[in-house]
Parts: sequence; structure tokens; C-alpha cells
Amino acid sequence: MKISEKIYKNVFMVVAFSSLIFLTGIVLVLFIEGLPAFSVTGILSFIFGKSWYPTSTPPEFGIMPLISASFVVSVGAMLFAIPVGIGSALYIHEIAGEKQKMFLKPIIELLGAIPSIIFGFFGMVIVAPLVQKVFNLSTGQCAFTGALILGVMAIPVVCSIAEDALSVVPKSFREASFALGANRWQTLLKVIIPAAGSGISTAIVLGISRVMGETMTVLLVTGGAAQIPNSIFSPVRPMTSTIAAEMGEAAVGGVHFHALFAIGLVLFMITLVLNMIAEYIGRKYRVKLGLDV
Amino acid sequence: MMIKAVNAQKLGFAALFACIIIALLVLGSLIYFIFSNGISSFSWTFFTDIPRKSMTAGGVGPAIIGTIYLVLGSIIVSVPLGVITAIYLCEYSPKNVIVNIIRLSVNNLAGVPSVVFGLFGLAVFVKLFNFHVSILSGSLTLGILILPGIISASYEAIIAVPQSLREASYALGATQIQTIGRIVLPSALPGILTGIILGVGRAAGETAPILFTAATFYARSYPSSIMSDTMALPYHIYVLMTEGTKPEIQKMIAYGCALILLILVLAVSAIAIYLRQRQRRTYG
Repeated sequence: MKISEKIYKNVFMVVAFSSLIFLTGIVLVLFIEGLPAFSVTGILSFIFGKSWYPTSTPPEFGIMPLISASFVVSVGAMLFAIPVGIGSALYIHEIAGEKQKMFLKPIIELLGAIPSIIFGFFGMVIVAPLVQKVFNLSTGQCAFTGALILGVMAIPVVCSIAEDALSVVPKSFREASFALGANRWQTLLKVIIPAAGSGISTAIVLGISRVMGETMTVLLVTGGAAQIPNSIFSPVRPMTSTIAAEMGEAAVGGVHFHALFAIGLVLFMITLVLNMIAEYIGRKYRVKLGLDV
Repeated sequence: MMIKAVNAQKLGFAALFACIIIALLVLGSLIYFIFSNGISSFSWTFFTDIPRKSMTAGGVGPAIIGTIYLVLGSIIVSVPLGVITAIYLCEYSPKNVIVNIIRLSVNNLAGVPSVVFGLFGLAVFVKLFNFHVSILSGSLTLGILILPGIISASYEAIIAVPQSLREASYALGATQIQTIGRIVLPSALPGILTGIILGVGRAAGETAPILFTAATFYARSYPSSIMSDTMALPYHIYVLMTEGTKPEIQKMIAYGCALILLILVLAVSAIAIYLRQRQRRTYG
């Protein structure tokens, strides 16, 4: 091998580690800036504490209201996004002809590229007033509106990943099913969906992870009360929007500042676990279908 | 009662059709509302003028320019890193533990919430490196944010290049780097380009990562260097909706900003898709 070839190889190798460096860097930063908050409040009372009053005296840093808000909004979003997203993927994969597919796949992809701030803005000016009127609420900016908008945002994500999972199911599966006399619907239900099942669950898990990390949308449409939600129409404040809304007013190096990084740490851990699950399921799925891992 | 197989199929297909219609309708109505309300804000001064009278008059020129700077900066950061990482993973690396670690970290980096990237940028670029709240800090933060997408898209595109093309190139006496530069990358270009352009769209629209690293909510001038803070379209929408004293006037300006952003993102994404289709015809 020529020397120049060796140089290329080694430079490329060093660069290839950049993503690992950044990921490690993020973890390090979250720990370094977040841990001081735990030393003030204690990790258990931080995570399970029921009141978040960072600016009162004495301040209280309990993030249970924020965690529960994130979960309520994310679960609500997925209740909408899972059926519509997966249904759309099945339609594109199974029913749409070549021409429709050529049109629908790019459209879904385009819609997935719409920035979250635009969804948040749309939710705030159009959907929230509508929700307020329909359900006769004091404010339309609540967990329900947040879930609705996040659900819409998650449709392209769930649809694209599910469609990818469907498209790698080998053709022979379908042909074998047809040969046994099954029609298209039976084949879809009993052969294609089970075969793509774990790939589809990857879509769901990644959808949840994505929704949980959304910031601008929830910042604009869920209200902002840091309370444990007692109904789906309560104004709530998820973890992401707390960080975004309060970082500007937190004094650098103060307990509040560190507490916001600690929220980031909790959020990071939750999404990390979700992504690991998705990765694990996806890997098993590809092994099951006999594909290259 | 047993439903006949034929009817079950009709029913099922109708349900799936309903799903895609709901998806398109909801997302279509979003685009409709932004277009119909935003278009009235459009004028030449809206694009070029600076904001006046505490954001209730004038234009959003600095926000447009700021977004363009941030996008260019993030692309300059992420594309070389991303494409080279993908080349290394596909063409050079032995299939061992190290590669798995890199791929795992790429996948997990992709799943990190954008606001966490903002925290990282704040702690590292703004504070530690002392770049302050600036276009530089924001570009670096956004660059890391879109890096995993660019790596994945490039990886998928490069790995899909048939092995026979590489073998033919080697048989003609080409070295590995020549093969990569002249055979593999051109064939993989549509996929890589798609990844880059989707990255452009993502970087243009992201707000949370620039909240604490680049954005200022009201600038009376255009950014003068990469060390100055900047307005940006997505952040300006947020500011218009949450600050200020004249919400109705500000809402209409926000509609205008949202429409610019939407057109920008939809246009670059459409270009990506067009390029990909054209390339597909070339390379089969």
C-alpha cells in the first residue's frame, strides 16, 4: 500500500471517531453541569419531588411535574400517530400503485422536514383556540393540544420508518402466502405485518423518543404550569420546554442553572434507553429476516 | 358472524386509505393556513428591511440572513465529518468492535433531543471555548446536531454501491482512494446529497439548539462577523409569539416568517428529491 493511501486511511479513522467524541462530550457536559444540582437537593428528591419552584425562596427543585408532563404529552401523541402513521405506511406499501408511491413517499418525506417551530406556531394560533372553543376550556394551551400537535408531527417519522420496515420483507413471503390462497388483506395481516412487526415497533419507539425530545412545539402549545397534570386539559410544562424557557433567566453556575442541566441529563437518559431499545429490536428484526446486520 | 374475506379486505383497505387521507389532510391544512395568512406580509421591504418599532414594523432581513449563515456554517462543520466517517465505516474499517461502537454512537447521537444539543453548545462553545453567543457557536451546535443524519445517509448510499463496481476499478489498476473518489462517491452521490439537503432543512428550522448559543431576539443590524450573535427565522417566530406588546400585529409578522421558513425547507427538500430521482436514472 502506498504511503498516501495509508495517510488517507488513518485520517479517515480519526475523523470517524468524531461522533463518538461528541456523544461522549454531551454525556460528560450533562454530568459535569448537572451533578452539582443533585448535591444540593439530593437525587431522589430531585427526580421524585413534586414541586418545581426554582425562583422562590427557598427554591424547590422537584421535576416529577415535568417528567409526568413529558409522559402524558408523548403518550397522547403516540395514540394518534401510531394508527395514522402505520396505517399510512401500510397504504403506501400495499395499496398504492407505483405512480402513487412516487408521489406519496416524497410528500411524506417533505412533511417530515417541516420545522417544529412551525408546528408550534400553527398549534398556538389555529389549534389551541379551536380546542378551547370545542371543549369549552379556560385556555386551549394544554396537554391535549400539545399531544395533538406532537402526534401530527410524529406521523411522518412513524410512517417513514414503518414503510422502510415493510419494504425489506422478502417478496417470497408474500408469494408463498398468495400461493396458499390468501388474499392481499389476509397476507398483509397474517404475513407481512408479523414479519415486519419488530421493524414497526422500532418506528413506534423512535417516534416516542422523538416526541419526548420536542421542545419548541410544547413550549408554545402546552401552557407552562409546572404541576402534575390532573386531566388531559391541564396546562403542563414538559422537561424540554422547562429547559428552553428558563435557561435565559438562570444565573450561570447557580443551582437553577445546574438543575436545568440535570433535567437535560434525565431527558437524555430516557431517550437513550428508548433508542437502545429501538436499536436492539431493529437488530433482532434484521437477523430474523436473514438480512445483513 | 364471519365477515367474508373479500369484504374484510375492502374494509381494511378503506381504513388504510382513511389513514393516509388524515395524514395528508392535517399536514396539508397546516401548509394552507401558513400560506394563506403569511402571504399578505410579503413585500420587498419585509425581506430586506430590519425590524422596526419593537418588531411591529419593518422587515425580517437580519433573521433571513442569520438563518442562511447558520445553515452554511452547520453544513461546513458536518459534511466533511459526516461523509468521511461514512467512507471509513464502509470502505476501510475492519468489521469489528470499534465499528460497532461508532455506529452505536451515531445512532444514539441521532436520538439526542435538540434542546440537549443546545445545552452542550452552551457549556462547550459558549462558555468553555469562549465563543460567546455567536454564529460560530450556533453553527457548531447545529453542525453536530445534523451530523448523525449525514453519516447515516452517506453510509446507506455508499454501502449500496455494488461491490462489482469497486472490483472492476481495482482490476483496472486504480488504488483504493481513486476507487472511492471516482467510482464509489459518484455512485453514492444522490444518497449523500439527500442527506445533506435534509440536513439543510433541519438546521434551518431548529430553534432549541440556537436558543442559548446564537440567537438574539432583536437586532437593528445585520450580523457583522461569525462572532456576532444573530437573529434567525425560527427563533424570531418564537419571540414574536411570546414577547412584545402588540400580539395581533406580531402574529401576522410571525405568519410571514413561518411562510419564508416553510418555503425554504420545502424547496430544499424538493430539490433533494429531484436530484435523487435524476441520479437514480443515471446509475440505475
